[in-house]
Amino acid sequence: MDSLTALLDGFATALQPIYLLYALVGVVLGTVVGVLPGIGPAMAVALLLPVTFTLEPTAALIMFAGIYYGGMYGGSTTSILLNTPGESSTVMTAIEGNKMAKRGRGPQALATAAVGSFVAGTIATALLVFAAPAVVALAVNLGANDYFAIMVFAFLAVTSVLGASVIRGLAALLLGLTIGLVGIDPITGQPRLTFGLLELADGIDIVLVAVGLFALGEALWIAAHLRRAPVQVIPAGRPWMSREDWSRSWRPWLRGAGLGFPFGAMPAGGAEIPTFLSYVTERRLARNRGEFGHGAIEGVAGPEAANNASAAGTLVPLLALGLPTSAIAAVMLAAFQTYGMEPGPQLFSSEPKLVWGLIASLFIGNAMLLLLNLPLAPLWARLLCIPRPYLYAGILFFSVLGAYSVNATVVDLLVLLAVGVLGYLMRRFGLPVVPAILGVILGPMAERQLRTALEITNGDPVGLVNSPVAVGVYALIGLLLLWNLLGRRLLSRR
Amino acid sequence: MSTATPVRDTPTRSGPPAARNIDHAELGLAALLLGVGALVVYDASRLSTTLVQTGPVGPKAVPYTVGGMLMVTAVLLAVDVLRGGHGESEAGEDVDLEHGVDWPRLGLLVLLFLGASLAIPYAGFPLSGTALFWGATVVLGGRRWLWDPVIAAGVSFGSYLVFTHSLGIALPAGVLQGVL
Repeated sequence: MDSLTALLDGFATALQPIYLLYALVGVVLGTVVGVLPGIGPAMAVALLLPVTFTLEPTAALIMFAGIYYGGMYGGSTTSILLNTPGESSTVMTAIEGNKMAKRGRGPQALATAAVGSFVAGTIATALLVFAAPAVVALAVNLGANDYFAIMVFAFLAVTSVLGASVIRGLAALLLGLTIGLVGIDPITGQPRLTFGLLELADGIDIVLVAVGLFALGEALWIAAHLRRAPVQVIPAGRPWMSREDWSRSWRPWLRGAGLGFPFGAMPAGGAEIPTFLSYVTERRLARNRGEFGHGAIEGVAGPEAANNASAAGTLVPLLALGLPTSAIAAVMLAAFQTYGMEPGPQLFSSEPKLVWGLIASLFIGNAMLLLLNLPLAPLWARLLCIPRPYLYAGILFFSVLGAYSVNATVVDLLVLLAVGVLGYLMRRFGLPVVPAILGVILGPMAERQLRTALEITNGDPVGLVNSPVAVGVYALIGLLLLWNLLGRRLLSRR
Repeated sequence: MSTATPVRDTPTRSGPPAARNIDHAELGLAALLLGVGALVVYDASRLSTTLVQTGPVGPKAVPYTVGGMLMVTAVLLAVDVLRGGHGESEAGEDVDLEHGVDWPRLGLLVLLFLGASLAIPYAGFPLSGTALFWGATVVLGGRRWLWDPVIAAGVSFGSYLVFTHSLGIALPAGVLQGVL
């Protein structure tokens, strides 16, 4: 019951006009960046980080959460009306959604995506209300050794689950950890990897890393490969569904929500896996299996619901443990850190207004998104025709603006360019970006926990495993490694 | 989206290596990782641990681990590439991987970025930003000679005014000091 009282207090916060306004700004921005090709919610939040330094934390985080949810809604419009899936989380939606649009069922595809996102998002946010305090209750007893084990698990899970190649995921993670090492060691005061440059003593600002990897790197990569032929946008009217569409959609919505929430909460990179599982499940359960591959509404309803539910799931470890499991969660963690807050069990007791206001605003944002996306879908779809020179010139411009406004030094812009070139190379060579950003953000935290844990036992490595939670997590890590060594080989033999 | 990961596709490791195309640029990536790893280890070896060491784990342990793993990963990557594995370049809505890299465009954008960055303290943000936006528009194929500069100036001056007046983030006005 405590959660419900806290949630009601949260609504009292989130319903204040100023926070409603920030939620609205967030969901509109999120929808726009979700629809716009080449931009995603992680890039949008990264570019907005410097702007929001002057905002109050609650307002900024409500806006960021709106961008996160809005990006999920907007991304489905793109994947249904364009035949190239852009975001990894909407690859599955694109398969059936684009076929539906080509058959003239675009309005139904958009409708089941929007209503399904709302239903699943609301269910998953309700689950978040109860799951997060439960995780907090467990987490208050965790020691430095447990946190270290959990972070190692997060590193390995993100590296081995995402992307095609474990080696390339590992390379991305290690590059991120290296960036995280730059700066003065907080414990001994020794400069690491600064090469005598005073500008690097405080480390590389997380804004520069996020903007460089997500915005500049992406813009350079797209500019080097900009498609020559204009994209084909399938025109679609206002979304609506027949009675039959509703009856075919509601079960996939619920199943998608059930898959999306737990997978979002696991350190495996957000929506990629649950949307895939949802698609496979719906294809297997569909009464008319032959329609799959030709535009089956179940194949849109399920993955879209899973996509949105995973967004709420991601917030459980982020808020309760301070553990980001996806790119945008990592950038949101960076936002917390710039406000001097550490997400984790203490956050719920030290900043209840912020945490519960944020959670309440998710319910409100979801409702706003449904209202914005059903009647206004044709308007959003017109964003797909934006002239590409303006779009990518704009990303370059806002990268410079954001990076420069952090410290107002040109050195930061040179660092940004270096990180941007790294982001380009990662896209060129298929190194996933998520492990890298997790390495940058979690690396220094993991090192601190490691050193604290070993300090307690005066250097005896037993200090890392003298807790049942840590032992359990290391057992999971062992299973993960075993699966990677044996499972993949067995699968590829077959 | 920016977090798009390569399409799931397990690289096949069977077959004679000679029959496959080896991407030499990927060996360059392995060399880069090796170099970064060596640099991290070298930098860590220069840290003095006797002076202010507190606790049993000094400042060297993690850099040694990260640098060492980078070098091991570099070798593993090189072996993978030589055996025919390859990284999947990232796809996207506006990405066309069938044509090669547009090097002139990429080079011009980087030069524009550098030029605009270095000009900010002297020319000020509004003018440097206008030049960056307009230049990038033209490099990316914008051909509306009247509207492109107008939009660039609108975005740049508009952002400057919002940042300095509404958000309280100071940006240099440069040569326009006193005018804006």
